[in-house]
Amino acid sequence: MEIPKIVGAGLVVIGVGMGIGRIGGSAMEAIARQPEATGKIQTAMLIAAALIEGIGFAALFAVGD
Amino acid sequence: MLKPYITAIFTFFLVFAGFASAEHNGAHAAESKDIKTEIKSYINHHLQDSHDFNLFELNGSHVGFPLPVILWDNGLHVFLSSAFHHGETVAESNGNYYTLFHNKVYRTDAAGAITLDDHQHPTNVAPLDFSITKNVFMILVVALLMLWMFGSMSRSYKSGKGLPQGVGRFLEPIILYIRDDIAIPNIGEKHYKKFMSYLLTVFFFIWIVNLFGLTPLGVNVTNNIAITFCLAILTYLITTFSAKKDYWMHIFWMPGVPAPMKLVLAPIELLGTFIKPFSLMIRLYANITAGHIVMMSIIGLMFIFKNWIGSSLSFFLAFVLSILELLVAALQAYVFTMLSALYFGSAVEEHHHEEAHH
Repeated sequence: MEIPKIVGAGLVVIGVGMGIGRIGGSAMEAIARQPEATGKIQTAMLIAAALIEGIGFAALFAVGD
Repeated sequence: MLKPYITAIFTFFLVFAGFASAEHNGAHAAESKDIKTEIKSYINHHLQDSHDFNLFELNGSHVGFPLPVILWDNGLHVFLSSAFHHGETVAESNGNYYTLFHNKVYRTDAAGAITLDDHQHPTNVAPLDFSITKNVFMILVVALLMLWMFGSMSRSYKSGKGLPQGVGRFLEPIILYIRDDIAIPNIGEKHYKKFMSYLLTVFFFIWIVNLFGLTPLGVNVTNNIAITFCLAILTYLITTFSAKKDYWMHIFWMPGVPAPMKLVLAPIELLGTFIKPFSLMIRLYANITAGHIVMMSIIGLMFIFKNWIGSSLSFFLAFVLSILELLVAALQAYVFTMLSALYFGSAVEEHHHEEAHH
């Protein structure tokens, strides 16, 4: 029972990492295009990253219990 | 060209250290397993709330101070946690005997017997525990600290000198940032004022508590899911009770979509109102807990490697991680405040006419 759980959590964490990576990369590109909108882009980036991050932690806790 | 040589020497030492530690592990496998379980139990112990404020251990004796234990067990029982002697003895109070089992108080007999069921849970009676535990103590300390900081700041404003003196000069830009970049854009010019006190309180509380968690005091207030649960419940209650009719209409009867879709959307939106504070709770708790576990595991590597290269690696990683955790401490406070402001904003938002055409 342990191994499928761990592999599943690993897959979720890979997905979360790719998601947050894409958000960060896109935010970088957006800031490069429009440096004057940096504040707004950062805010939106942090919110989106925080929402995705929650899923990753949920997966980690599924393994921990 | 000195650089390649340095790299080569460094690589050699790293590989050498790896072999050395592998050999060491082979020779003393049993001992290193002991250390691993000890580190694990130490981390678990750190993540739990405790009844006394234990700073560190020196030659097997605990250095710290006791905190009051307040129990309701058919009458009030108040005594100091030093009576437990760190869980080693039975405390007696008004004819009842109490003992600690995994940092929880249970009623027991004079001998301190604990009976366990099949799942290793004690069957002893657990009295209602209102103790000033380590977490409660730290919350009180942070509350007093914040009262002092913001009290002196408001006094400084009242004296009419314009710029605040002392600690207020450091806090003023942060408060302005929360007002201008978190509250006003998310809640709107019209309604933001009545939410400012909550947003500021929750931001500074989470931030200061997280920063205390990084000190060697071993405080872990936001590692406790009960505390993040309470913070999330506050956000949920404020959102629900300040909600205007447009908010409820967007939940139960979403405008601008066909009628069958409205029926589908209503339960999803209703569930969403509970998921939002739930994710607030999990996010803060999990971020800080994960940070503490990783930090203590990296420091624990020092005791597993037991050579200078492993120790310096562990020290370096712990240093880098501490800087990251400083960022995370502020970031989690920011995210909590930001999302709370977002939810308040959706609660007080008024109906826009252009939205009706969507």
